[in-house]
Amino acid sequence: MWDTIFPYLLSGVSVGGQYALIAIGYTMVYGILRLINFAHGDVFMVAGIIMVYIAASGLPLWLCIPLVLLITVAVGFLIERVAYKPLRSAPRMSVMISAIGVSYTLQNLVLYITGGLNKQYPKIPWISETVAIGAAKTKMVTIVTPFLVIALVVALVLLINKTKIGMAMRAVSKDFETSQLMGIKINNVISTTFIIGSFLAGVGSILFFTNYPTVIQTSGAMPGLKAFVAAVFGGIGSIPGAVIGAFIIGIMENIIKGLDVILFKLGVIEAPLGLATFSDAFSFALLIIILVVKPTGLFGEKVTDKV
Amino acid sequence: MKKLIALLLAAIMLVPVFAMADDLPVLKIGVYEPASGDSGAGGKQETLGVQYANAKMPTVEIGGTTYKVELVMADNGSSTDKAPSAAQKLVSENVSVVLGSYGSGVSIAGSDYFKDAGIPAIGLTCTNPQVTAGNSHYFRVCFLDPFQGTVLANYAYKELGATTVYCLGELGNDYDQGLITYFKQAFEALGGTAIVDSFPNNTADFTSYLSNAQGYNADVFFCPVSLAYSTQIIQQASAQGMEIAILGGDTLDSNVVVDAAKGTTVKVICTTFYQEGANAEFDEGFKAWLNENPDMMTNNGGNDMISAVSVMGYDGYVTALAALQAAGSIKGADVMAALPAVEVDSVSGHIKFDGNGDAIRTSAFVKTVNNETGAWEFVAEQKVD
Repeated sequence: MWDTIFPYLLSGVSVGGQYALIAIGYTMVYGILRLINFAHGDVFMVAGIIMVYIAASGLPLWLCIPLVLLITVAVGFLIERVAYKPLRSAPRMSVMISAIGVSYTLQNLVLYITGGLNKQYPKIPWISETVAIGAAKTKMVTIVTPFLVIALVVALVLLINKTKIGMAMRAVSKDFETSQLMGIKINNVISTTFIIGSFLAGVGSILFFTNYPTVIQTSGAMPGLKAFVAAVFGGIGSIPGAVIGAFIIGIMENIIKGLDVILFKLGVIEAPLGLATFSDAFSFALLIIILVVKPTGLFGEKVTDKV
Repeated sequence: MKKLIALLLAAIMLVPVFAMADDLPVLKIGVYEPASGDSGAGGKQETLGVQYANAKMPTVEIGGTTYKVELVMADNGSSTDKAPSAAQKLVSENVSVVLGSYGSGVSIAGSDYFKDAGIPAIGLTCTNPQVTAGNSHYFRVCFLDPFQGTVLANYAYKELGATTVYCLGELGNDYDQGLITYFKQAFEALGGTAIVDSFPNNTADFTSYLSNAQGYNADVFFCPVSLAYSTQIIQQASAQGMEIAILGGDTLDSNVVVDAAKGTTVKVICTTFYQEGANAEFDEGFKAWLNENPDMMTNNGGNDMISAVSVMGYDGYVTALAALQAAGSIKGADVMAALPAVEVDSVSGHIKFDGNGDAIRTSAFVKTVNNETGAWEFVAEQKVD
């Protein structure tokens, strides 16, 4: 029994960790700007494409990875400065529409550059290697992902709770205008948020595309959407919530893909029911249920009406 | 100064008028192929065949007049919701005949626009029977899925000795689902078991589906899916150490698949329309043309390996020219009337249409990837019983 379920758990934990790294970006930006940054999934995809081109240029890999992260961070920073900052005092809806615009711009830009052909992600030594855990075989990256995610989240929580910029972030997320009056340089805080979010999306893209090594302009859409669901599920605005939500989504999704086999082996069903078809439907049905039953998510902040 | 610029601009605009004045009359052939999306890589290779044919035969004599053949490209984006606008583009360009598409779903989606405009279409590698069924304007030069499904089922059962096959297709993709249905019918008639699963559009993570195949103790993994997915499946199968063979239809016949399988231990087998080496003259000419045009080489995936879809693109162009000559006119309706009687001998063999507008094909080629050298190896030429 365990042997049957284990490979699905493994796939789930791995993809969950990668969703988590994207979900943090959504949740942090929401926490501070109350903006759902729809372009975040595309920043993730752009990081993948940048890696493809940089690795193709012949640079050694130890140089490629930091360079990719640096460029991804620059892309995130630029998006905020160009598309969101000028709209700071505009209604929130305008910024949201601007985010959708950025998302399509990035996708079409990549479509233009790649000519719509799928690109092979370069093999990164060590994490691309196949390892056997019991009867299941997988890539090293599957095992590395959850630990790396936890380490990054701990570092992030420390940054938010112990440093000056972290304190500024917390203040801004509590009250935008008052913190501005208190002398916090709000633009710097927002830029930092985007830089951290893009950095994590960059790390996530390296892990994700090492596992699933084809990059195309729509590669960011599905992971981005799932990470968004994870962020809502965990309570948008909460970092531990986003991470736990992402792992739950990743694991559940893969269990559903394998549910037929599991039930079949248990003798519950005699012929496959084709449940795997509903793996994506599940993620989005979950989003609806969460919004109806507990709109603030698992760890979401309580909404208090200010008088 | 402003006047001078205006004058200059006007002069520039006149250049094409003069340039065209002594040129031949133009005949337009629509190329309705995906250049982007999941099937973009395959669509580009199919288009290459048409472009090569056009480079070799740039003019055609119809009813005593020599026409210059102009290809009008329309990207259907591999998706049925983008297909109508691509089809409408070709209709508004007033093309005489349409070639394409790679992918049966988009061919079906565009079909009615060509029908309403009275333009005949020649399917190159769309193998789903629905494309030509119940209409008189869609023709095709390749074999059909009931035939291909039977060939694959026979091969899996008799040659690979499989009793259980795990089939995986994309949800809502006419090609995948159609071929899987015909495969399942034929395979179960032989006495085997076929288990069918579907994955949603834009899936990247196939690890759980591979675990499913292993969970069912399948002997063969049958995935006749688009290139974007098949390369993912091959690479993830390699990481999971999957030992069973991956079997696919004509969509897997691409150098992109070879590149993914090279250096792994995954066995990849597919059926296809053409085996490199069958027509040396075409092979040499096509390779030389690719090597002369770096852009075309990029569209072919960076090397000069010949994909069977390029051959079908070439044959489709040859068939279209033969139909235009037989019609003696460049009007769509005349070409449509002439098409059923057209017979040509081209690279992939003799092409003759049956009552439904489908080319009569009796054999398919089975190939496998050599994991060490990274090349296709010929396995067998499979005929129907």
